[in-house]
Amino acid sequence: MNGGTEIDATDRAILRVVQANAALSAGAVGRAVGLSQPAAWRRMRRLRDAGILRGRELSLDLDKLGFGVTVFLGIKLAAKGRVGLDDFERAVSAIPEVRQVEHVLGRYDYRLRVTARDLADFERVLRRRIMALPGMGEIESNVMLSEERLPGPL
Amino acid sequence: MLDDLDRRLLRHWQAAPEMAAAELGALLELPAARVARRIEKLREAGIVRGVRGVIDWVALGYSVEVSLRFQLEKSVPGAFDAFLAAARDVPEVTQIQTFLGRVDVRLVAIARDLAHWQTLYRDRILALPHISEIEALMHVATVKTDQNLPI
Repeated sequence: MNGGTEIDATDRAILRVVQANAALSAGAVGRAVGLSQPAAWRRMRRLRDAGILRGRELSLDLDKLGFGVTVFLGIKLAAKGRVGLDDFERAVSAIPEVRQVEHVLGRYDYRLRVTARDLADFERVLRRRIMALPGMGEIESNVMLSEERLPGPL
Repeated sequence: MLDDLDRRLLRHWQAAPEMAAAELGALLELPAARVARRIEKLREAGIVRGVRGVIDWVALGYSVEVSLRFQLEKSVPGAFDAFLAAARDVPEVTQIQTFLGRVDVRLVAIARDLAHWQTLYRDRILALPHISEIEALMHVATVKTDQNLPI
């Protein structure tokens, strides 16, 4: 795991193209980076086999789908040791509006991404589901205004 | 705006984004051409922005991921824009979110190891303009990641 798989500048160019548009054919990816279709296909397969190209995700406009509110929560557990982390993780993962849960080190123990229809819907999820979780301590909510994904170090 | 078919299509597609129109058509028991036209309409309406390729940074040797939370000097005119523009220029930054709340901006940054993180943090992150407060949460594990919306 340490060091990772070696990739060259052409692989990086392929990753940049596929990251932005994973629906492109090997031929189209090849044209974008100056490779033949078979050469691009072989490299893409190698990147997939190495686990570097892990999969795809749909980029959806949440607003247009009726999910107008995304909130990031920082959660500090109150009684560590008494309530197991496993119990908390199981319970929080079962909430459908909680779309991402990360265990973190620092001021908070967990970071949650919550998607709701509107602020009233978010308040319902917060009060009825999240604040009722076992071991819940401090919560901080920040309402997301904008989000950008960047290509990263390619 | 969305009808029942759009919703069924999106539910299946978001669960398996590698599927093409033909495979989605088989699931929905519809001709592939009809599904392809629907997908095109969803793209034109801006509901589907695209299909992103997901890169596993750990497999590329980036084992450290940090969530950086900033409060900015909001009294300075243009502080947000200057900060965001500078943050976009740091290659190791993979996500930027802005917020209403105690936190103004969050960045996700990745590094090869803790030594690389230390250099990145000192030379690039702390050099970003108009930082009033900064807090770091180090990623330990992803417990849940669910791209599927209850559409």
